[in-house]
Amino acid sequence: MSAYLSIRNLSVALKGGGPILRRVSLDVHPGQVHGLVGESGAGKSMIGKAVLGTLPRALQVTGGEIWLDGVNLETLPPSERRRRIGATAALIPQDPLTALNPSKRIGPQITRRLVDILGWSRADAQNRALELLAEVHIPEPARVMRNYPHELSGGMRQRILIAAAFAAEPQLIIADEPTTALDVTVQKQILRLIAQMQARHGTALMFVTHDLGVVSKVCDSLSVLYAGLVVENARMRRFFTRPIHPYSAALLAATPTYTDPFGSLKPVPQNVITAVETEVSQHDRRTGA
Amino acid sequence: MMYQIRDLHLSLPDMTRKPILGHAPQMNILKGLSFDIPKGAVLGIVGGSGSGKSTLGRAMVRLLEPTAGQIMFDGKDISHASEDELRPLRKRFQMIFQDPMSSLNPRRRVGGIIAGPLRLHGVDVSGKVDEALEMVGLPRHFATRYPHELSGGQRQRVGIARAIALRPDFILADEIVSGLDVSSQAQVLNLLEELVRDLGLTLAFISHDLSVIRRLCSRVIVLRNGEIVEATETVKLFDTPQADYTKELLQAIPLPDPGQTWT
Repeated sequence: MSAYLSIRNLSVALKGGGPILRRVSLDVHPGQVHGLVGESGAGKSMIGKAVLGTLPRALQVTGGEIWLDGVNLETLPPSERRRRIGATAALIPQDPLTALNPSKRIGPQITRRLVDILGWSRADAQNRALELLAEVHIPEPARVMRNYPHELSGGMRQRILIAAAFAAEPQLIIADEPTTALDVTVQKQILRLIAQMQARHGTALMFVTHDLGVVSKVCDSLSVLYAGLVVENARMRRFFTRPIHPYSAALLAATPTYTDPFGSLKPVPQNVITAVETEVSQHDRRTGA
Repeated sequence: MMYQIRDLHLSLPDMTRKPILGHAPQMNILKGLSFDIPKGAVLGIVGGSGSGKSTLGRAMVRLLEPTAGQIMFDGKDISHASEDELRPLRKRFQMIFQDPMSSLNPRRRVGGIIAGPLRLHGVDVSGKVDEALEMVGLPRHFATRYPHELSGGQRQRVGIARAIALRPDFILADEIVSGLDVSSQAQVLNLLEELVRDLGLTLAFISHDLSVIRRLCSRVIVLRNGEIVEATETVKLFDTPQADYTKELLQAIPLPDPGQTWT
């Protein structure tokens, strides 16, 4: 099966500064979930932003290719690139409160994209939104459409963003830490919901998280990042039984596990950090970055 | 006993339902909590968001005043003590906050941040800042740095250094590792374990993460909607959870193990 999103040697750097992503390569297949894990600052969110074309202004793509459905996005003119991304990809952001406009009702925030970008009629968009809110198990969708974001709980807001992400039947969804701000019990519901929606719609999903526990529940494959370098690309089950890279193994040993309180939560050993830092600088020398 | 808490109630005004004119309606946050913390114990306080765990913590260090009930700190009733009466006691109970970026003054250097509470309480500062930095495993020259120059884990160490510099008897730690990467989480927890042991601290550790609680705490109380649904030894909580809510919390935790049955 060919990948829907294929990233090849993608490099991103600070304008006039150091590298942020170091020749990242990975594939996301239709109907599959690919996890991006790493500690804060490892660049995992930047991969999603590079694909969507929403990198912070201080950063730029300095090399590599992003293939979406067989087309190299980097060769397209900006307007065509935006149109293609807008029509086929969507984002589920981390913080549902900042992602929703506090001064607008829920309904228009879901339908806007359908009306403005995809040219649907207002009535069709309205019906589609109602349908989706029911699909993400929101009680009384018609009433919620008229609510403002602050009137809803964090879990409800995240459901709405999931509904909005799936609204235009995207083929690729990038979920950027979608449950980090939520309680464990709500997180479980939301993760299950994302997995159900993704499977039902056959979407390719790129899932950014720092929680390996979450990865083991939702992902089919994953990339481990350190300082913008992919240290390991792995199938999910193999990763948890036999992580190859020492940094992956250390990250796994640091993950809190209540069933094994003293075997888990181990700090990443200094020699592992030194080794992976050396790997990064060797990579930079080799690529002349 | 370090703390004896009896039938603690606390209500706060619900500002989301405040009419334009007039008072906001009161919302009951804590609904009759009773528990003890023996000296030298590490108590875990868990619960989902909105369960009242942070409000409970704030009442314990009297940043909030209870509506009813009693808080005894080392045998003294502090439930309605005035600021003047509290001041000498504040030296003895300190707090570490969740987000060091917003609880450390960005315009002050680390040294000034740690010395702040010492000066407020009229304690001789000399040598104390270096000592506190050393105890949390930061080099002395960090005293001249600003919070934004530090990593998340280092910032949280500064928060801890500020709390222990006064040599308190009791520390309240409110979700202090939830904003950190797993590797820094492990380091900060190890540090806290050492400090509790070496300084003979009593600690209340608020967290939503049961894995972290299991590692650190000897006893746990589980809160839901401002009520204690379970209070027990940590080992028992994990081996034989009694309350349905505790079971639900435990089952919701995604373990890093593809074999876990989770649905």
